[in-house]
Amino acid sequence: MKDPTPRAMIGRAARAPKAESPGREAWRMFRRNIPAVCGLLILICIVLAVLYGTLFYGGDPFEIVWAPHEPPGVTPEFPLGTDYLGRNILAGLLAGGGPTLAVGAAAAVITMGIGISLGALAGYFGGWVDNLLMRITEFFQVLPALLFAMVLVTLFSPSLWTIAIAIGVVSWPQTARLTRAEFLKIKQLEYVTAARAIGAQDGRIMWTVILPNAAPPLIVSATLTVGVAILFEAGLSFLGLGDPNVMSWGLMIGANRDYILDAWWPVTFPGLAIFLTVFAVSLIGDGLNDAFNPKLRSR
Amino acid sequence: MGSFLARRIFYGALLMLGVVVLNFFLIRLAPGDPAVVIAGEMGGATEEVLEAIRIDYGLDKPLPVQLGIYLGNVLRGDLGESFFFNQPVVDLIGQRIGPTILLVVAAQVLSIVVGIFLGVLAARKPNGAMSAFVSVFATIGYAVPVFWTGIMLIILFASVLPVFPVEGMSSVKLREAAWYIKVLDVLHHLVLPAVTLAVIYLAQYARLSRASMLEVLGADYIRTARAKGAKERTVLFRHALRNAALPILTVAGLQFGNLISGALLVETVFNWPGMGRLAFDSILRRDYPTIMGVLFFASAMVVVANILTDLSYRLADPRLRGRA
Repeated sequence: MKDPTPRAMIGRAARAPKAESPGREAWRMFRRNIPAVCGLLILICIVLAVLYGTLFYGGDPFEIVWAPHEPPGVTPEFPLGTDYLGRNILAGLLAGGGPTLAVGAAAAVITMGIGISLGALAGYFGGWVDNLLMRITEFFQVLPALLFAMVLVTLFSPSLWTIAIAIGVVSWPQTARLTRAEFLKIKQLEYVTAARAIGAQDGRIMWTVILPNAAPPLIVSATLTVGVAILFEAGLSFLGLGDPNVMSWGLMIGANRDYILDAWWPVTFPGLAIFLTVFAVSLIGDGLNDAFNPKLRSR
Repeated sequence: MGSFLARRIFYGALLMLGVVVLNFFLIRLAPGDPAVVIAGEMGGATEEVLEAIRIDYGLDKPLPVQLGIYLGNVLRGDLGESFFFNQPVVDLIGQRIGPTILLVVAAQVLSIVVGIFLGVLAARKPNGAMSAFVSVFATIGYAVPVFWTGIMLIILFASVLPVFPVEGMSSVKLREAAWYIKVLDVLHHLVLPAVTLAVIYLAQYARLSRASMLEVLGADYIRTARAKGAKERTVLFRHALRNAALPILTVAGLQFGNLISGALLVETVFNWPGMGRLAFDSILRRDYPTIMGVLFFASAMVVVANILTDLSYRLADPRLRGRA
């Protein structure tokens, strides 16, 4: 086929220009969205700082290194000042970000895992399966999430894993509902009927035919779930329910909250770090939402 | 309408039954002797106390019987005894549920009213400054940890601008004052916690009502209303908002559980004497009967809020009224 015959050339010319893959098209849309790109850049910076920052700066974030309540910008060694015990706040920020982000990401994976599995089963099979699973979902929506997570963490002694699992266990219902709705919509489409007609099994139809087509809203939801999970983790550690031996942003705020009227900086900087991270994540989520939205594509 | 309400209440009762069963199994799932768990690890309970708990909860009997005993106790309004406070859990929560309801309802009303107002203003000019403000504000509101907002407000109002009290629910010096002074005092204390809790939801409702209004404003009946010469204000708030409000109502109902979770953090930050503060204190002391009691009552509040949402939905949407 090195020398295309005229016949083949006709065939090639008649073919429509090569269609862009959906992922590539979404990325092209995403790139044009300035806030979303800013969010992505902010998040990359935060992740890099948290991953590698401790290699260049800091040391043990629990170590008392200076006089307590040193204001920021006074001593060049401690640009963000020290907390009520005299611990370096910048070192705490760099060391505490890792656990915060890791728990947020792990909790989001667990949330999406439970939510997508149950939502897919409910939406695909319908009938009594749907009824049962949706009643369970409603039940979990009645339990105030943070309170339930607090109970779980206290009952099963706090560690990064119990916290991530607890957050996942309390926050999956929304994902389940979203997945169910997508599955209900997609399972009636022709290509699903076609897959069934060639004899595909239920499991195969669910995971390789319907799920990829339900991916866009689920990806957006996963992004926003990461943000919510980070806030959740921060709330739990703020209340003192995190692992006390692991530094985290929420723990820094919680530990210093009795002294806020003496020193504003030990609570302000970790809070800003949480805010910036979740803000960046939600900008990315909004950007993905627009990028996947066919109505906005032509613009 | 009556049968609808009866069905919803029955269903709510079923959900609450589920919460009770969950509470029961959570205590049994915890590692260690359930009697020790119930007594609280910090208490250092004597053997007599443990024995009393074993008899009270029937811990020597098989699991289904234990569950039966527990359900019976709950039905009789007995959620156990807090071994830290030495008081029945129901009494403890009875003292604290009022402030929590006050805080949550105030925040809910504030966020819905202000949120809708901002959203409607923004929807009038989809590309205007107000719209941009609402979008930015919504993204920020979503990303700020609620306890941190509270702390920042405390710093601001305690040192820079001492207009609102930053702690507790009432002033000690007004203990002898007339009742209306006390009411005003509580409202004065309520401002900062309620605003803190409302900010997140306010931002969400503003964004939602903007989107919902934009959709409705394109409808034929809005053109009709304008064509017959209705004032802009009438068109916006009478014709459009009534239709645009339904999705907001739905979301507000669904958010109620999250609102209670948020109240827990806000109460802790502002020392508001509610259930969240109680939950926090009892979790630190591993006072499980109290924690489970709070979980029970907080879930009950969500169930009631859901029923009220369904009812108001039917009132707002005449198309649903006839159906059972």
